Amino acid sequence: MSKVIVVTSGKGGVGKTTTSASFGTGLAQRGHKTVVIDFDVGLRNLDLIMGCERRVVYDFVNVINNESNLHQTLIKDKRVENLYVLPASQTRDKEALTREGVERVLNELRQSFEYIVCDSPAGIERGALMALYFADEALIVTNPEVSSVRDSDRILGILASRSRRAEQGDEPVKEHLVLARYAPDRANRGDMLSVDDVVEILGIPLLGVIPESQSVLQASNAGVPVILDEQSDAGVAYNDLIDRYLGENRPHRFLTVEKKGFFRRLFRN
Amino acid sequence: MTLESAKLTSETLSPFELKGSLFTLTVMYLREVDKALIARHLHEKIRQAPALFSNTPVVIDLEPLAESNVTVDFAGLDRVLREHGMIPVGVRNGGVILQAAATLAGLPLLPESRSGGARKSDKPEQTPACHSKIITQPVRSGQQIYAPQGDLIVLGAVSAGAELLADGNIHVYGPLRGRALAGVKGDTEMRIFCQSLEAELVSIAGRYRVIEQLDEAERGRPVQMYLVADRLVIEPLTR
Repeated sequence: MSKVIVVTSGKGGVGKTTTSASFGTGLAQRGHKTVVIDFDVGLRNLDLIMGCERRVVYDFVNVINNESNLHQTLIKDKRVENLYVLPASQTRDKEALTREGVERVLNELRQSFEYIVCDSPAGIERGALMALYFADEALIVTNPEVSSVRDSDRILGILASRSRRAEQGDEPVKEHLVLARYAPDRANRGDMLSVDDVVEILGIPLLGVIPESQSVLQASNAGVPVILDEQSDAGVAYNDLIDRYLGENRPHRFLTVEKKGFFRRLFRN
Repeated sequence: MTLESAKLTSETLSPFELKGSLFTLTVMYLREVDKALIARHLHEKIRQAPALFSNTPVVIDLEPLAESNVTVDFAGLDRVLREHGMIPVGVRNGGVILQAAATLAGLPLLPESRSGGARKSDKPEQTPACHSKIITQPVRSGQQIYAPQGDLIVLGAVSAGAELLADGNIHVYGPLRGRALAGVKGDTEMRIFCQSLEAELVSIAGRYRVIEQLDEAERGRPVQMYLVADRLVIEPLTR
């Protein structure tokens, strides 16, 4: 049984595409055939973060309009087996995403993929609605700040009322919380919401906490999903998140301030 | 007695049974007789709600035409309605002349709606019943829930940016972080109850308080809110 998973947030810049890239890569690394779809038509980014922007020939909108087939359009990842990318169009806008077209493409992908990860654009307009409409599960990406949490709450409301599962009265979309860009020291000082605050407000199960990390920016610019950087804390956190998603027991890390060693204290202060 | 007639008198072998039954039918209050105009408006209605017009039986009420001296082309009207998915099953009201024309066109006459007997039986239905609304899901930011003519009961959390409205009382068993407006039709007797008061705004019959005006002692506590002499009072629920 294949699963359609939307990565969404409401607010922009919180780490949806970073999470989509790492989540898809992590699932594929563990042997699950996975495709990541960029729903951000007009502002395509996923191919950059996954380092396949130079191999884009056709795109999602071409497939929807029957101008190309999936076989021609899907880009196979060079680093990880079982991983494919369906890039967005840069020259069209979100109106190109028709419900019938998206449904047809997803149904076709369901034939051969275990996991279909939909990277949602920001906002609550057409692109975001199309990305979440057919979802079986959702990763809600939030940053520990009030406006981001508020927007995620709004998206959860839309998932519960305007997804296909909601409209057809099926079992509701399964929700997972991903708290990204978390800095324990700033949460301790009260500059940021704490993990507990966010979980309390949104009331959905916590799948993973990704620490604020330099390595995310470096990885994005290099076109490598940060999960592949196993030296970085963010990479480790995403790997934990994947294992947890697949049912393994992994305690949450990076929730507390790391104790500074003698030398670090000496050189930092 | 022959075998045949014995069969006919036997009730168990009767090919049908006649029984009275009540139906809810759509009534079309006819104000104009221009068929083109009616067709145009029907077309618009179908566009809005196609499901309503699939061989729907309809009663034509001629009351609005009773005072005028118009004649109605019932055969033509029948055709227009059928073309739009409505099947006329009878007429009522409208006076003797219109009714005669309808009967001639093959439309049965139904009893008038304004008879004394009918009115009495209508009465219990018209008294507003209490319609409580129970919400088992969390109410998220941006969602608005309205309970007309009754209480609104929310079992989960009400997020900041969500809005609850009720003609009656409001009960919230999770934290109340959004807005809650009870007695929105102006009933000053209504109350708001919640397990944890963190609301952005609370209002009863239009008398409201915003979060800035909440006392720190009441914040995060189980409370009830009601009006005393037009002032909104917030009172702890636990003693």
